[in-house]
Amino acid sequence: MSKSLSSYRYLLLRRLTQTVILVLFVLASSKVVNVLNGDFSFALFLDKLPLADPYAVLQMFFAGAKITIDVLIGAGIVFFFYALLAGRVFCSWVCPVNMVTDLAGFLRRKWKIGESGGSRNWPRSIRYWAFALGLILSLVFGMTAFEMISPIGIFHRGIIYGMELGWFVIVGLFLFDLLVLKNGFCGHICPLGGFYSATTRFSLLRVRHIKDACTLCMLCKDVCPEKQVLHLVGKKDGIVESGECTNCGRCVEVCDDDSLKFGIRSSKKFK
Amino acid sequence: MAKPGKSRREFILEIVRGAGATIVGGVIWGGILLDNAAGSLVLRPPGALESDSFLAHCLKCGLCVNACPYSTLRLADVGNGLANGTPHFEPRGIACEMCEDIPCTVACPSGALDLGLVSKLVDGHSRLDINSARMGIAKIDTDNCIAYWGLSCDVCYRVCPLMDVAIELEYVRNERTGVHAELRPVVNGDACTGCGKCEHACVTEEASIIVLPLEIAAGKVGSSYIKGWDVEDERRMKELDKPVTSSEAAEKTLDYLNTDDLFDE
Repeated sequence: MSKSLSSYRYLLLRRLTQTVILVLFVLASSKVVNVLNGDFSFALFLDKLPLADPYAVLQMFFAGAKITIDVLIGAGIVFFFYALLAGRVFCSWVCPVNMVTDLAGFLRRKWKIGESGGSRNWPRSIRYWAFALGLILSLVFGMTAFEMISPIGIFHRGIIYGMELGWFVIVGLFLFDLLVLKNGFCGHICPLGGFYSATTRFSLLRVRHIKDACTLCMLCKDVCPEKQVLHLVGKKDGIVESGECTNCGRCVEVCDDDSLKFGIRSSKKFK
Repeated sequence: MAKPGKSRREFILEIVRGAGATIVGGVIWGGILLDNAAGSLVLRPPGALESDSFLAHCLKCGLCVNACPYSTLRLADVGNGLANGTPHFEPRGIACEMCEDIPCTVACPSGALDLGLVSKLVDGHSRLDINSARMGIAKIDTDNCIAYWGLSCDVCYRVCPLMDVAIELEYVRNERTGVHAELRPVVNGDACTGCGKCEHACVTEEASIIVLPLEIAAGKVGSSYIKGWDVEDERRMKELDKPVTSSEAAEKTLDYLNTDDLFDE
């Protein structure tokens, strides 16, 4: 029993952080407690500390907007927190769309959808093209291109400020991930995910693999939403180098052999 | 992106495929963006930059919405024809209450709501002034305004925060009865802030006075007309380097009328 619970420890923690952040936004919006006011594009923590989505701010810049100091500082804080410390944790510990796509991924595994083949080989590099395209379109049309269509924005803004038709987008996204492409949106398409993938590979927090403890059960690759990052499993000791790893911890918690763990990049134990 | 072991042909194919998909994606994405920008029939919070600039600046964080004490502002949802996630208000529901401290504009972190557009200089200092907001202009449907029928109604005039300035009452003889007066509301576009209290309060089933965005409601004279009776405007005439109509252009017009060219096409 405790064993099975421990194999969901990070998953539960992630659901907790994702939910708490959303609840804090809702509480500020409904004027109950003002801890985190705004949304994922821009927020004020305790009415003082600005936090901003660095990709959104980049789009503002390309769209020709004047960037205010608050927005610049906010984007800097968020950017460096992920890039230097935590890695691509926005995608797995913060973003609410992750809850939707994880559910789709879970049901896909459970119902064995798409295992008979089909169009499973969409390149994961779509997100980098989408990232660049978002900036180009911001430049061409003079507006924040991805923010206008972002399912992330539609979903979290909808929860905080209310939505009706927005639910169709979310259901569509869920069905896409469930029926069309495994880990489709978060693992292939999302330009914000692409942005964080490209910028967080040198973060301190990394997943670490110990080859000798590994029994090659491949449970980790089964649950990993970005399984290309686990290519070192069973082959060599070391850290997961790719920025595409979201530090979600699924591989760590399902590993029965203690061969995958969270660690700090610079520590000697990595060698 | 080329992995070792891939042939040149495969590599080039991959690039072409990627570029093709990007162009297709870009066209669809761009279409959605144009559709988003097309929703111009929208009232923005006080101090909003003009439409194009606004869409470049607004982060859709909702801090203006949260700052509004009257729940006037909403963020646009998908499918209601407005730029997704941007703040707006519908006066027939809840009008702008014209807070003197303008909390929505103050709260905006991105500059999409610009304090400079809702401030005026007082003794050399910039002071907030909600009356300089230009969210829109109220327009009266004189066919359906019952005051223009000769009935007694001055609701819009009385709820206007700038009574006798933004909405005045015009006294006109009621030609139908011959003995009564009509008290017709008239909007002064120079003073109207577009708060929408008139639209909110209008007694007809559908409001007969509605606020339209400046970009839709306001005309533009251009530089061709000068108010000869206005000393300030008349000065523009003197500042013009060359005459407005050149003699060459005038001759051309004359030639055009005097030759057979008129009937050529």
